[in-house]
Amino acid sequence: MTHITVTVDGVSYADDVEPRLLLVHYLREVLGKTGTPVGCDTSNCGACTVLLDGESVKSCAVLAVQADGADVTTIEGLAASGRGHSAQANGALHPIQRAFHEEHALQCGYCTPGMIMAAADLLRDNPHPTDEEIRDGLEGNLCRCTGYENIVRAVRRAAEAGVTA
Amino acid sequence: MTAPTLADKADAPQAELGRARLRKEDARLITGQTNWTDNIRLSGMLHMAFARSPFAHAKISRVDVSAALKMPGVVAAFAGADFAAEQGSLPCAWPVTADIVIPAHPPMAVDEVRYVGEAVAVVVARDRYAAADAVAAIDVDYEPLPPVLDMRTALEPDAPKVHAEGNKSYEWVFAAGDADAAFSGAPVVLERTYRQQRLIPCAMEPRSVVAQWVDDQVTLWSATQIPHVLRFALSAFFAIPEQNVRVIAPDVGGGFGSKLQVTAEEVLAVLVGRRVGKPVKWTESRTEGNMTVHHGRDQWQRIRIAADRDGRIRGLDVDLLADMGAYLMLVTPGVPLLGAFMFPAIYKMDAYSFKCTGIFTTKMPTDAYRGAGRPEATFAIERIMDELAVELGMEPMELRQRNWIKHEEFPFTTIAGLTYDSGNYEAATARAMELFDYAGLRREQAERSARGDSVRLGLGISTFTEMCGLAPSRVLGSLSYGAGGWESASIRMLPTGKVEVVTGSSAHGQGHETAWSQIVADQLGVPFEDVRVLHGDTQVSPKGMDTYGSRSLAVGGLALAGACDKVIAKARVIAAAMLEASADDLEWLPGRFAVRGDPEASKTIQEIALATFAAHDLPEGVEPSLDSDYTYDPDNFSFPHGTHLCAVEVDTETGFTKIRSYVAVDDVGVVVNPLIVEGQVHGGIAQGIAQALYEEGVYDEAGNLVTTTLADYLVPSAADLPSYQTERTATPANNRLGVKGVGEAGTIASTPAVVNAIIDALRPLGVSDVEMPCTPERVWRAVQDAAQSGGAA
Repeated sequence: MTHITVTVDGVSYADDVEPRLLLVHYLREVLGKTGTPVGCDTSNCGACTVLLDGESVKSCAVLAVQADGADVTTIEGLAASGRGHSAQANGALHPIQRAFHEEHALQCGYCTPGMIMAAADLLRDNPHPTDEEIRDGLEGNLCRCTGYENIVRAVRRAAEAGVTA
Repeated sequence: MTAPTLADKADAPQAELGRARLRKEDARLITGQTNWTDNIRLSGMLHMAFARSPFAHAKISRVDVSAALKMPGVVAAFAGADFAAEQGSLPCAWPVTADIVIPAHPPMAVDEVRYVGEAVAVVVARDRYAAADAVAAIDVDYEPLPPVLDMRTALEPDAPKVHAEGNKSYEWVFAAGDADAAFSGAPVVLERTYRQQRLIPCAMEPRSVVAQWVDDQVTLWSATQIPHVLRFALSAFFAIPEQNVRVIAPDVGGGFGSKLQVTAEEVLAVLVGRRVGKPVKWTESRTEGNMTVHHGRDQWQRIRIAADRDGRIRGLDVDLLADMGAYLMLVTPGVPLLGAFMFPAIYKMDAYSFKCTGIFTTKMPTDAYRGAGRPEATFAIERIMDELAVELGMEPMELRQRNWIKHEEFPFTTIAGLTYDSGNYEAATARAMELFDYAGLRREQAERSARGDSVRLGLGISTFTEMCGLAPSRVLGSLSYGAGGWESASIRMLPTGKVEVVTGSSAHGQGHETAWSQIVADQLGVPFEDVRVLHGDTQVSPKGMDTYGSRSLAVGGLALAGACDKVIAKARVIAAAMLEASADDLEWLPGRFAVRGDPEASKTIQEIALATFAAHDLPEGVEPSLDSDYTYDPDNFSFPHGTHLCAVEVDTETGFTKIRSYVAVDDVGVVVNPLIVEGQVHGGIAQGIAQALYEEGVYDEAGNLVTTTLADYLVPSAADLPSYQTERTATPANNRLGVKGVGEAGTIASTPAVVNAIIDALRPLGVSDVEMPCTPERVWRAVQDAAQSGGAA
């Protein structure tokens, strides 16, 4: 067992974990933060994408011990990130979340947490992407329902609204 | 279609039908509050993991779980033989012929394994890591047997046998009209063979199941499309009294037919949970899922068409080989039959004959996958229509126009015996051609060809229809299907005037909570926000036939309307008493009953609901409730149609295909929510393009699945797919809402549009077919082969 300290969505946790424990399983099974789902076992689908110290990572490809000392933001904490916890409690949405809702960029919603987190990272790097840059930037996140058309529209809409989160 | 906007910000009340309501489901899905099955944690819950066959075909001589039992955290481990007395056989609900061979299919193999990934033992442990560790300690001795991998040679006399009964499951035939007359003496007869490759559905949510026993009652949470069918199956085939079974489909992350199944893992979770006396959970890995979620398609299609020189189709003859895989699962043998009626598509002809042979191989069973039979049929007919056009020297659209059913001819009974209630192929095609700039693209194609551009432009057409909205129960009965095709709905009028809608449909991404609210809000004249839709739990929604075959709106939506009628009829009697008027003198206005000629004297549906709560002053003998149930059984299928046009640029030097533009004009009748419909069309098109260009489930020569990961099985990303231009025409269907199904239309339409475009681009080089998926390598080889055989123009 290895002792780790991790901040997840603004809350600090200290736990003893098996060295082989994946970050996504730490989030889901140790912390009960099930907002981040698992869609594959080879880091291809991106459903489990979270922000690790602000950079998007596939949390199935990171060991929990590698997150020691890091700040993790999941879909559950995105709306509150940088704006205090009351935002999430009030049901406030991050602009990318709102754009996904307004553009009908999700159907079953399984890929959505990872897609939104990847979009957040994409827009931070490139606040005004072209449609092609959006498509290339989300290449590591698979969706089986939407055909991506409305996901591209949603990210464009969030960009137009000036998201740099 | 203009980009969807915040249409629901409109202040004025308006009809809900046709309104682009943003989805009620989204709030939980975009904030990580979704309730997936794998999120469920119960006190004392244990985790299951399966040992699976590494052989395509083998005798099991010994299974030893003793080492696994000694591993830390392991509570129990079982081999198939440990459940031999109670595990029975997974059901096949569609015995399509009287003499069909339906082999026994134990959830966990006992004596013999017949595909790679078949479960042979199960471990139960404290957590998923411990369970996975222990699986590696299970020792199984196999005696390998020869695999059966090619259905084209599986019926040869010396072929190894998948089952003692042989490799043929069934032969199903259909014939109408005089085929001899149609084909003999026909000026043009073409024959082609097309391959429908094996596909892996890949819903984003892996399958997951939790079983909890309390006393003699079991609750099963499952990532399933069919909670009601599953409850029935557990009871009918596994001897658990139906009243003791509750099935819950919580939020379900996509299905596409793959979760229309009674799976080995669901049954084993129930049996193992009972054996160990604790709740158990199993969630598959993607690798496990690619091997053991039922696959789709996998057919060889031989199709012959006879025509006159002017293009009139005389007859069609289809001979299918359909790979069943190793066993028949829930509707495995019926999938090709859903296509049998659709090869004639939108065209008139004198004769049609069809034969399908269902064949066993040592692969994962096939079953329903988005479109189930209709994409296969649509592909074959739309591909050979293009070939016929070339043979006749005719524009492919002109050939279609000469043969399709004209809008004034509806209702039209096809040669396959279906009666299409509605349609307007002319209108959808005209609009699609206009949006696409067909003539302009043809000019550009000629220019590029003339200057010897190595990147060729190709135009592909797909004028499709399909049969969905499964289905009239009597028709399903005539096809030997094991259940009806009705759907159930209940309306509960709450005392405060709010409404609970209980539906037997079981959404897994389709947006029923939103669309059903719109239908009920319109029918009862109540605010959209006041309606809550309940589904997916047999204790809340005890009756249903679930969601597949684009049936939810066309069957379940109409059930809602029927239930609302009964609410209104009950309310009329109570309103009459409240208004001291005769029920006959009341007029139903949206949301209220008014006395005819005295609109001031009225009672709202909410006031009437409250009156039933108090029930102080109801008329003698009147039930103090507005709640109503209705079960709707349609009298026909639903026939959406449309015209899809695809332009591709094919690089003849690399074989790479780029979709340059894609236009889809679909006619799905009256639209409840255009946002949802457009989303369904987008996703459908993407899945059809995926078959055309990217996806194939591949087994190697030993019968190992080699496409076990999403790095090998190429579900396309945003970077791989084009933007789609979608519009609609609306020919109302012949039902009270005018609605049709939409969930599968895009997938059915798009595959032939893409492949026709690729062939159109390469035909001047002498290429007349490329087997799917049309990968760069296959396209490049087709170009090279054509050049070597001197086919290049």
